[in-house]
Amino acid sequence: MLDARTPRFDRLPDAPGVGYKLQHFAAIQADARPVEWLEIHAENYMGDGGRPLAQLRHLAERFPISVHGVGLSIGGEGRLDPDHLARLSHLVGWLHPASFSEHLAWSTHDSHFLNDLLPLPYTQATLARVCSHIDEVQDALGRRMLLENPSTYLAFVESEMSEVEFLGEIARRTGCGLLLDVNNVFVSATNQQTDPYSYIDAFPHAHVGEIHLGGHDEDADETGAPLLIDSHGREVVDPVWALYAHTIAVGGRKPTLIEWDTDVPDWPVLAAEAERAAAVLEPAG
Amino acid sequence: MSVTQTDFTRAVFDPGQAVPPGLTNPDGAAATKRFDVYRNNVAVSLTEALETAFPLLRKLVGSDNFRRLAGAYLRAHPPTSPLMMHYGQEMPQFLENFGPLRRLGYLPDVARLELALRGSYHAADATPLAPETLQDMPADRLMAARLRLAPAVRLVRSRWPIHGIWRFNMTDDAPKPESRGENVLITRPDFDPAPHLLPPGGGTFVAAVLQGESFGAAYEAAVAQVAEFDLPGLLSLLLGGGAIAGLDEGDQE
Amino acid sequence: MNSTNKTLFATAIATAVMGLGVAGTAAAQEQVKCYGVSLAGENDCAAGPGTTCAGTSKVDYQGNSWTLVEEGTCETSSPVLAEGGEMMLPGDRMGSLEPLDRDLPS
Repeated sequence: MLDARTPRFDRLPDAPGVGYKLQHFAAIQADARPVEWLEIHAENYMGDGGRPLAQLRHLAERFPISVHGVGLSIGGEGRLDPDHLARLSHLVGWLHPASFSEHLAWSTHDSHFLNDLLPLPYTQATLARVCSHIDEVQDALGRRMLLENPSTYLAFVESEMSEVEFLGEIARRTGCGLLLDVNNVFVSATNQQTDPYSYIDAFPHAHVGEIHLGGHDEDADETGAPLLIDSHGREVVDPVWALYAHTIAVGGRKPTLIEWDTDVPDWPVLAAEAERAAAVLEPAG
Repeated sequence: MSVTQTDFTRAVFDPGQAVPPGLTNPDGAAATKRFDVYRNNVAVSLTEALETAFPLLRKLVGSDNFRRLAGAYLRAHPPTSPLMMHYGQEMPQFLENFGPLRRLGYLPDVARLELALRGSYHAADATPLAPETLQDMPADRLMAARLRLAPAVRLVRSRWPIHGIWRFNMTDDAPKPESRGENVLITRPDFDPAPHLLPPGGGTFVAAVLQGESFGAAYEAAVAQVAEFDLPGLLSLLLGGGAIAGLDEGDQE
Repeated sequence: MNSTNKTLFATAIATAVMGLGVAGTAAAQEQVKCYGVSLAGENDCAAGPGTTCAGTSKVDYQGNSWTLVEEGTCETSSPVLAEGGEMMLPGDRMGSLEPLDRDLPS
């Protein structure tokens, strides 16, 4: 169907990237600075042809591409969807992206896809299941993947360990890397009433291959306690920028993505967010 | 206390169900609004996917009505694949049996048209046949050959004026739909699908071609239906839209 | 194929190919620009809008308990309404739309 490309970029640079949107194609062609790499959602490039794939083939010649899956349901109770894993293998096989990542979450149950990243209890049983699914993905793709920490809105009584312990153990058992979403850390810590700085300090930074930043919305639960929603629909807030600076100081420079998925702005707004990330990355170098 | 994904899923789709026990707020109290975040994420994201898939349907019934339609549809037909680009395939049949909208008989075919447009958008690319190839081939051989249409070509046949309805609502200064049935051919010259109204006999011709009939047999079928069938007009439409990807000669398969 | 049809057929091919330059241009102009991006239908990993709205309202999703409501109160620019089996169009009204009373149009 599509000819395999010669890999041009084997890793993401320790520089800003953005989540790619079809409407930014022309702006990126004209002047992408300071953005040095692009992330795509795998599922949007699993069609048979047309504009999305044509644009992707073009962009992949100039930019390192990170393929970020949102539909594999790695935390699902059932087995991984073999058709979906095959589609993913095909995409990764011809594109040769610089990185592939997915989420610590589930989204498919009994063959129904819920189109959201749903939460998991951090138990030994979940750990074994997630590790087995990651082994299966890494075997199918023939490469190491990154696993992203989720935004969570509630807690499971049955959880036996912290999220950081859980992710660290997954990385140790499977050899996968981690994608540290600093906004998700801030959102989850606020929602769970824990300290985001302690989370960052305890995180196994040696495994981190990429950082995510994005905007969130503010709400409240029925008791009036703050409830942040990972909406990806606005600028990154100042407390998250501060937490990001701390993360770079502790863990070193990392490829850093600006995510903006709803109410997507014009390119200059995204470029300005990337510029802020670049400013944080510079002094650390 | 273990929360199964079956319980979680059931409660997400049914706001009348209690939140599964074992999910809590930071103070240890049973979660309520915090679980609603997931209910909303699922319902809203699927509703938005349907709004993107069916812009004309939404315009016809109004956005409030469409949200209620989407709420019913997403519970009756949750996605069976993680590819949101394909979500909504059962909408035409759903509309045929959906009480509040059933008297608007044209809506299922409007949904079919919108599914066809999106299917065309994501279909495989194809190099169009050079028009000279047709001209250079003797008529006898051409009549025996089969036209291979591009993967992005779609035919939607309707007893309703679906092209007129589409054009009136989606383009500027278009005339009102006429009360008649219409056949629509979707071509995708580059990356943007374009719906075209087929001339009389055109639906029969394209349907025959899609069924693997020879060029000549498709032509005769169209002429049998509509004596004044406009083959040059139809060929111009197909060639101009890059809809012919090749000519197959010899035995089928 | 009878000889009349065969002659018509050969003539039709020639006419179509010769006329293509003009027809091709017209078809290109007819294309709806910028329609394609909105057709894509994308996955993303963003969360929804919070704790109230579509997912939590306890309406009857069986679909028989509500009838079509005329919009316009929330959105004054609601462009097209469907009402009483007739299709009402912006600022105008057309007669009852009936299906073609026979098989599919050819």
